[in-house]
Amino acid sequence: MSFVKLSASAIAIAAVSATTAYARDNVQVAGSSTVLPYASIVAEAFGENFDFPTPVVEGGGSGAGRKKMCEGVGPNTIDIANSSSRIKQSDIDLCASNGVTEIIEVRFGYDGIVFASDINGPSFAFSPADWFNAIAKQVVVDGKLVDNPNAQWSDVNGDLPAQNILAFIPGTKHGTREVFDKKVLEAGCKATGAMDIFKEANGGDKKAAKKACHSLRTDGVSVDIDGDYTETLSRLAANPEAIGVFGLSFYQNNTDKLVVATMDNVTPSTETVASGEYPVSRPLYFYIKKAHLGVTPGLQEYVDFFVSDDMAGPDGPLADYGLVSDPELAKTQEMVANGTPMAPLSN
Amino acid sequence: MTDATSSGASPTTKHATSLLAADDRTRRRNAAEARFRGYGVAAIVVAIMALVGLVSSILYNGSSAFFQTFITLEVYLDPAKLDKKGTGDPEEIRKVTTFGYAPLIVASFEKLAEEDGIAVDGLTAKKAAALISKEGAADLRRYVRADVNRVGQTVEFKFLASGRIDGYYKGRVTMESAEIDNNISPEQLQLADQLKEAGLLKTSWNWGFLTMADASENRPEAAGLGVAILGSFYMMIIVLCLTLPIGVAASIYLEEFAPKNRFTDLVEVNISNLAAVPSIVFGILGLSIFINFAGLPQSAPIVGGLVLTLMTLPTIIIATRASLKAVPPSIRDAALGVGASRMQAVFHHVLPLAMPGILTGTIIGLAQALGETAPLMLIGMVAFVREYPSAPPEGFFEPAAALPVQVYNWTQRADPAFVERASGAIIVLLVFLLIMNAVAIILRRRFERRW
Repeated sequence: MSFVKLSASAIAIAAVSATTAYARDNVQVAGSSTVLPYASIVAEAFGENFDFPTPVVEGGGSGAGRKKMCEGVGPNTIDIANSSSRIKQSDIDLCASNGVTEIIEVRFGYDGIVFASDINGPSFAFSPADWFNAIAKQVVVDGKLVDNPNAQWSDVNGDLPAQNILAFIPGTKHGTREVFDKKVLEAGCKATGAMDIFKEANGGDKKAAKKACHSLRTDGVSVDIDGDYTETLSRLAANPEAIGVFGLSFYQNNTDKLVVATMDNVTPSTETVASGEYPVSRPLYFYIKKAHLGVTPGLQEYVDFFVSDDMAGPDGPLADYGLVSDPELAKTQEMVANGTPMAPLSN
Repeated sequence: MTDATSSGASPTTKHATSLLAADDRTRRRNAAEARFRGYGVAAIVVAIMALVGLVSSILYNGSSAFFQTFITLEVYLDPAKLDKKGTGDPEEIRKVTTFGYAPLIVASFEKLAEEDGIAVDGLTAKKAAALISKEGAADLRRYVRADVNRVGQTVEFKFLASGRIDGYYKGRVTMESAEIDNNISPEQLQLADQLKEAGLLKTSWNWGFLTMADASENRPEAAGLGVAILGSFYMMIIVLCLTLPIGVAASIYLEEFAPKNRFTDLVEVNISNLAAVPSIVFGILGLSIFINFAGLPQSAPIVGGLVLTLMTLPTIIIATRASLKAVPPSIRDAALGVGASRMQAVFHHVLPLAMPGILTGTIIGLAQALGETAPLMLIGMVAFVREYPSAPPEGFFEPAAALPVQVYNWTQRADPAFVERASGAIIVLLVFLLIMNAVAIILRRRFERRW
């Protein structure tokens, strides 16, 4: 009877799963969805050109990836965590408590964050102050804090078109939002003088003032997008008046649909981000579990290949996709080759 | 009597209205019925419109994924590039990376311009080579590595065209959009048109979409469902092999043998409850038990299969018990009456009669499991996997993707070519589901007995 056969095979599978001495022969990577496309491009080329299997690259977010890496040492934990923000002390502590004591930090390039709108609409020239005045909860009018009264971009800055303010910004779980808060809102907060007033109101507390800078108006003018850039893009298609926040690489793949805004009169491109002229950018990292080097086959080769000039260099496929190459790549290559673990965080 | 006749006059006044002409109440009742029928028809129309809208938008977006543009070129496998030392040592030739193969494609475009005049002013051979997918160099390398004696020959090679060129022939890219597109220029499109005229560029059926592995964002044209189909298939095998015996054994025991007491009541209630548990919960369970505790590998079909087994079990148990219940007690009584043991009665008489129902329930449970994404996200199946898992049983432990997860992955990619790919993957998934449901219906029609 087939029933008996099926039960027998089920028991066999269960037995196999219980007894397999499991050894992994492929590199496993998880983390930031911003780094994911770069990592998958490298993984693909690595699988093609080396005799090791193609690494498995997972998304899930920077924080989740670092947490996963810190789960412990062993074949059923990942080797590398991709991250679009720097590792936090809490992650390092978690790692240490699970026996992951040595982590190698690799900064492989920079990512620009751009502001773009529908291709058929007008183009914009922003400054951080414009953004702060457009979407912050409280802004400065005549030296006093008031609830944000601006309805159109022209109210914010006479040079901007008279178009209703509607901004699609990354949700708080995104690493991109951190950069947006810091490089755009805080900068705008300072430039408009709101920072000082917030500081005064909070009795000189810098942290509270920064927090006040980050609080956004809640009347539907700024919309948090918790999904990815494709969601922002489709929301823009439905609301051609809106401005969306994108990664530079995403914009470069969709230049036929989006028109990019300048920031402080600098047009975002891999060159202007690399030179530091374009202000809104962030470094991209991946973190290697040192205990897995020499254990997981191909791990050392994969990371060497990732930071090689062929991949991460200014003419490599990663730059083609929109990565801003790190000027200090040679230093990184040397560090990766030596397997130097990261020093304790200084701040 | 007169009293009676006079009082009998009142019923006649009640019948004063004709039976043929409807009175107010009848009209109201009829109107209510007509309205209800209207609501029913409206509901069906809305449902059909939603379905037609969904299916047609998927077909409209996705059917083009099954066709792909190919460019056929003559490539000279230049020994000066592939065998720089000139030793002819196969090992040396096999070491040449894909970066070493890219210039060969550029060279064949140069040749095309010189000999056949297929070129556009202002377009360098290097730019022209961008018409070919980045997968092209890798394909060429695989071809040479398969037989290193091919170095030195001129071969006709069929390359995938890059995603934008493919999009041009599918209407996604136009001359106007190419003007403002960083990744393609109108000159490149003109060159593509020249190649088409020369018969070198063709759009044809693309088996690769079903067989090739996933590809990175730089080469959407090379992305396929091979690994995802294999991964889903492996998981379905695991689910089938585990749920059918466990589910059927549990149902037979509960239905035919178990004493009716508080404990079995509790078990029954909990099975029904389990069927209603959101699938993501099973994912969390799978992560903590199968990966963190049992130490099974991440992203592997075995873990996905086990998680989906847990999810499908209640469905199958409920379906099996229903079909066991549907077998009339007279069958059992007759079997027991002629001296069969209870086990013989169940296995020789009840189970065969209940089998069509059990199989239908199982297939519908499997179809549900096939389309499940949420629990797989937590166990690392939402990943970029390019290696095909090997044959079972080892393959169960190697990384793989799954069909619904592949759809999710592709919808997140930046390149617009992945929109078509994601819809194409949905079509494949729907076709699998339709086949499974059709098999379930056929089994039911063929073998089901009614009493």
